[in-house]
Amino acid sequence: MIDVAVIGAGVVGCAAARALSRYSLAVCVLEKASDVAEGTSKANSGIVHAGYDALPGSQKARYNARGSALFPKLAAELDVPYRRSGSLVVGFSADDSGRLEKLMDHGKANGIEGLELLDGDGARAICPQLSEKVACALYAKTAAVVCPYELTLAFAENAAHNGVQFRFDTGVLGIDRMADGYRLRLSTGEQLEARAVVNAAGLYADEINNMVSARKLKIIARKGEYCLFDRMAEAVTALTIFQMPTAMGKGVLVTQTADGNLLVGPNAMDVQDKDDTETTREGLDYVLKTAALSVGPLPERQIITSFAGLRAHLETDDFEIGEAPDAEGFFNAAGIESPGLSSAPAIGEELARCVAARLSAQPNPDFDPIRHGIPKFREMDNADRARLIAENPAYGRVVCRCETVTEAEIVEAIRRPLGATTLDGIKRRTRAGMGRCQSGFCTTRVLEILERELRAPRETLTKFGKGSELLTSVRH
Amino acid sequence: MQNKELVIIGGGPAGLAAAISAYEAGVRDILVLERDGALGGILNQCIHNGFGLHTFKEELTGPEYAQRFVDKAQALGIEVKLNTMVLDLSSTRLITAVNPVDGLLEIQTGAIILAMGCRERPRGALNIPGSRCAGIFTAGTAQRLVNIDGYMPGKDVVILGSGDIGLIMARRMTLEGAKVRAVVELMPYSTGLKRNIVQCLDDYGIPLLLSHTVTAISGQKRVESVTIAQVDENRRPLAGTEQRIPCDTLLLSVGLLPENELSRKCGVALSGVTGGPVVNESLQTSIPGVFACGNVLHVHDLVDYVSAESALAGESAAAYLRGDVSDGGLPIQPENGVRYTVPATVDPARVRQPLEVRFRVGSVYKDSFISVYFGDQREMHIKKRILTPGEMEKVLLRPEQFVKNPDCRAIRIAVEQD
Repeated sequence: MIDVAVIGAGVVGCAAARALSRYSLAVCVLEKASDVAEGTSKANSGIVHAGYDALPGSQKARYNARGSALFPKLAAELDVPYRRSGSLVVGFSADDSGRLEKLMDHGKANGIEGLELLDGDGARAICPQLSEKVACALYAKTAAVVCPYELTLAFAENAAHNGVQFRFDTGVLGIDRMADGYRLRLSTGEQLEARAVVNAAGLYADEINNMVSARKLKIIARKGEYCLFDRMAEAVTALTIFQMPTAMGKGVLVTQTADGNLLVGPNAMDVQDKDDTETTREGLDYVLKTAALSVGPLPERQIITSFAGLRAHLETDDFEIGEAPDAEGFFNAAGIESPGLSSAPAIGEELARCVAARLSAQPNPDFDPIRHGIPKFREMDNADRARLIAENPAYGRVVCRCETVTEAEIVEAIRRPLGATTLDGIKRRTRAGMGRCQSGFCTTRVLEILERELRAPRETLTKFGKGSELLTSVRH
Repeated sequence: MQNKELVIIGGGPAGLAAAISAYEAGVRDILVLERDGALGGILNQCIHNGFGLHTFKEELTGPEYAQRFVDKAQALGIEVKLNTMVLDLSSTRLITAVNPVDGLLEIQTGAIILAMGCRERPRGALNIPGSRCAGIFTAGTAQRLVNIDGYMPGKDVVILGSGDIGLIMARRMTLEGAKVRAVVELMPYSTGLKRNIVQCLDDYGIPLLLSHTVTAISGQKRVESVTIAQVDENRRPLAGTEQRIPCDTLLLSVGLLPENELSRKCGVALSGVTGGPVVNESLQTSIPGVFACGNVLHVHDLVDYVSAESALAGESAAAYLRGDVSDGGLPIQPENGVRYTVPATVDPARVRQPLEVRFRVGSVYKDSFISVYFGDQREMHIKKRILTPGEMEKVLLRPEQFVKNPDCRAIRIAVEQD
């Protein structure tokens, strides 16, 4: 029997795993996909919200404020791209101006600092791309952008470094209560016994909860679609630009991702199928049209990809965090939609604290908070580049030309703990294939390296796990 | 830091032809930088025939055509660095590059020829909605997989776009045992060569659906189907014409983009139409001493024309290094159906032999004329049975035409109906 089973290797599960590794506990993360961050964590806005938006007193307000405050130190410890670029909520009328004041009041009640109301010209002075129609804005200085999948990876890698086990391609089919814990029935046919369970199953957190607790949850998948533009898009704004929030969420934003691309989206549409991440013509058109209200017409020719993510929305419209009232040792992190990414560090911290208290765990004296990312050749100066190539010639072989990713970085992405086994895994760890040609050039070269490093025949390699094989056969 | 007289970025057909002609024009200190492990560029994966009819008066495969230039460059002793990626290029012609053997290279050069070629437009450029599952490839990636790596990217295929690579891959996939359901083309005409439509589609019974597009891609992990629809004259899908085609692969052949990230870094002025540098009659860009040729300049239909154009770039670079500097002069203006011209300007004093001006038209024109005006004076009026965007056109401007029109301020090239 292990101490803690964490279900789900998204940003919340991995944040919890890393926080749990601060204690002397045997922890195992179970993930049904083949890699971390394969669900909502890979397809979202990548924003660390300042925290003015959530209703004062809500779980969302509490965790957002705490999470946002944890980020600067966390990003430094985990070597994750993070930038406090600030945000603006823009309004177009006198009505909007009143609503912005209300948001500002929320912010103050939530304990958020660095908020300021601006008129249209004041807003345009700090963000020249704003449309002339913008009449007022709420400026939040502490809003930031972070790379969401690199953050998830970093949590996971640091957790693994501190002793947490990860099992991929391992879903949880059922949970049985035992006298001193839980027995998890796994999709691999095995069983795993754990004294405590952390449910961070994202869109499926309701199903996992309902296996154990009589207090049923229902999660609605709320789709959000995005368009991602090339780095050089002239419309790229330094700050994140929101429109007025609605009942369905924070509305369509315009932002510069942590990696420098222009990103616009999301819309919000409830869908039946929790695996439905298909983009739609209507959705993408809506997102582009709505974003243009904030910043004027967008350079649509410079779109390099579009994608959709699913929010795990609870009917209560708030996070469900903590021990289930009728299941001792079973902890939920359910309904983690926006500001989920911003809150993840705080949710992880809180869950670990609760689990440790329940299990009377001692601190882990060997905990090491530091994680080093893969050195990024594209960001180095020439002296460092020359030095690295001298040490390892594979740094001199550029595999992804759009993002200047070298063979050495790809090899390291495969060889490091929780290494990449798929094309998308390489992409999220190194950015190979994320540039303007969208992997047209490097796919074949990355497959070659994966085959060599994993000693797996090329035709078995996948984009993101079993069923997504890239090649159908060897040509005869 | 090292010094070179002439550095050529790219060792494909353009770079090789430019290197050879620069050598023949007297330059000896030449270096070709190639990012791949072999010379020849994209021709290495174009194993079909049809190359070289103009240049060699015979039909060669892509690798055979490339090899003739590789052999010649080697025979001349032209220096080449393989596996070498240029990271930066300054307006003062300082090149920063890396490779596994030399490490980081800094090269100050007297002249540069840009010959980086082009890349394929990805799915995102069309913003095609749907799933992001496996099984969506550009036609060129599929071509490399099949012809170089020896793997099939799919068995049941729909191809979007009737550019030449898409047409070639329709045949190639069929020959390798795949079923190609259809080639779907947004425009009411194909953007590929007529001969490729006949030899790659018609001969194999593959339908070409004009004025159609892919409106959605479905499949959880691997492509399971694509939805196609007819489009109206504004290229918007027509409701009610949707049709779902089961398949496991979608190949995209939706256009090529000159690859000018380096040109942009050094400040070369680019054309909004071609995406390539704006050049004068010497193929010199807006930065003196920086020349461009081949698909980095504008996307060609035949490699033979790339070779001819690149030879001019090589000669021009040699002339520049001798101090024979061109600074453009008259604008050449594309009008009425002519989308662009290469070159975009011409210095009359430098037209000592007929100057080839290449261009493409914006749509299909039947029984019309290409007219060339020197000022208001129509100097040429060439009957054309058919003009299509898929085929590059050219006119020859002769020295005597410039002599005859000494006061001409601009040259205009237009499609005319009569």
